[in-house]
Amino acid sequence: MSYGGGELFGDISLKVQPGSFHFLTGPSGSGKTTFLKLGYGALLPTSGQVRLFGQEVRSLDRDGVALARRRIGVVHQDVKFLDHLSVADNVALPLTVSGRDTADQLANLDELLAWVGLRDRADALPAELSGGERQRAALARAVIMQPEVVLADEPTGNIDWEMSQRLLTLLVELNRMGTTILVATHDLNLIRAAKSHVQARVLRISNRRLQLAGADL
Amino acid sequence: MIAEASALLIGDPQADRMVPPTGFTARLTGFAAGAMAFLAVFALALSLATGRLAERWSDELGRASTIRISAPAEERAAQVEAVLRILEATPGVVSSRAIPMEEAAKLLEPWFGPDLPLDTLPVPQLVEVVEEKSGFDAQGLRLRLSAEVPGAVLDDHTRWRAPLVQAAGRLRFLGVLSILLIAATTAAMITLAAQAALAANAQVIAVLRLVGAQDSYIAKAFVRRFTLRALSGAAVGVLLGMLAVWMLPQAQEDGGFLTGLGLQGWHWLLPLFIPLLGAAVAFVATSAAARRTLRELT
Ligand SMILES: Nc1ncnc2c1ncn2[C@@H]1O[C@H](COP(=O)(O)OP(=O)(O)OP(=O)(O)O)[C@@H](O)[C@H]1O
Ligand SMILES: [Mg+2]
Repeated sequence: MSYGGGELFGDISLKVQPGSFHFLTGPSGSGKTTFLKLGYGALLPTSGQVRLFGQEVRSLDRDGVALARRRIGVVHQDVKFLDHLSVADNVALPLTVSGRDTADQLANLDELLAWVGLRDRADALPAELSGGERQRAALARAVIMQPEVVLADEPTGNIDWEMSQRLLTLLVELNRMGTTILVATHDLNLIRAAKSHVQARVLRISNRRLQLAGADL
Repeated sequence: MIAEASALLIGDPQADRMVPPTGFTARLTGFAAGAMAFLAVFALALSLATGRLAERWSDELGRASTIRISAPAEERAAQVEAVLRILEATPGVVSSRAIPMEEAAKLLEPWFGPDLPLDTLPVPQLVEVVEEKSGFDAQGLRLRLSAEVPGAVLDDHTRWRAPLVQAAGRLRFLGVLSILLIAATTAAMITLAAQAALAANAQVIAVLRLVGAQDSYIAKAFVRRFTLRALSGAAVGVLLGMLAVWMLPQAQEDGGFLTGLGLQGWHWLLPLFIPLLGAAVAFVATSAAARRTLRELT
């Protein structure tokens, strides 16, 4: 993969098994976000192959990518919402744009907001949320379609330790229900904390390679 | 297309909410559509009125010219005969006949009443000349008549209208052309407005894409908004335009051109199609703009 300059990655290969829990770590600028973007079709690889649910991304048209994205929930490093809609409407957005905003689907919305602890903030605007609340709203939006895969990019980036723990718990719960999870983070403490709850593989990008991290983590 | 359009109007207000409201461009688009619709009403009225004029005038043109023979009673029959003979030899004349006195009386009735004492009045004898479409050489005929039948005068009063009929036809064409230009201008303005709105909402579009929205869904939100805006703006414009046309001075029977500019009868229904045309133009223009812009935004 290259943004026009040098190659970001050397020879790397990863197959994510359904139901697994992965952490992706590495120094800033090593390509964690880029790796996740390749994983939900936001970027096309400049060389090599990316398969989503068995399909080569380059063979998908824009609609095909849109459909694949409905099976992948993404929590972005810089979470973006529609600022003119309420938190509840933003969380329900994936349902709305896929025409699945039926009454019983929306009934789950309340439950979901409660799950991430945002029931009281349902009618707030995104701009009125704290950093941790934004991250949790983003997680709720990522999972409302009951995706098979959740990709989270620094989900605990700018929130305190307690809130990070809470978010991690939510991700672990999702994984217990069968969702495949891939979390990019530079927070090694978070990874250590997770290891006592879940069987997670830790991958590290360093020197343009993807390596399995040692037992020190 | 019709099903699509009606689905669009009944619509998915949900999809509409996805794009933040844009007060100023919304009002501008509505205003532009309204102003264009207002102008379109006048262009329509112009082309309908000139069409009517052209028809009436060319009808009158198709009718005969007349030759008036004012001669003492005893010479009259001979002169009529001479005139008919000349006419027979004139190229471009289809037929000619002397109009009987009773018929002449009928022609005069509107001016002099039914009890006209024809025998005591010096009413001229009339000869009706039906001409070919290409007409005849009026100048030459006049010369021959003055040489051979001094009492006969060719009256081709409708002939001067021929260039007017042509002018009226041109005006009608210009009216239709104006309507087409107005539609094209509206399309151009709405394309620009839609493109600006799409560009201004690049962030919104990015978020919608991240959550799995297909381009058709995103496009629909914009298309619906601009179509409805154009429809309502044009509706107001058309109503104001019709009001303005209605307040024009009434057409007189004999209607000069200027007073005949209004709409008549069922023609009043035609302007009502202008908002539909405006909405269709907005629909097509915004769809095309959205398709293009969404392809470029990655
Ligand atoms: N759109 C882009 N255009 C050009 N270069 C880019 C672009 N996005 C990222 N890069 C570069 O690619 C490299 C990897 O970036 P990436 O965002 O994937 O890193 P990261 O591991 O997520 O870093 P961080 O921990 O700071 O989030 C960086 O050197 C970055 O400058
Ligand atoms: Mg990153």
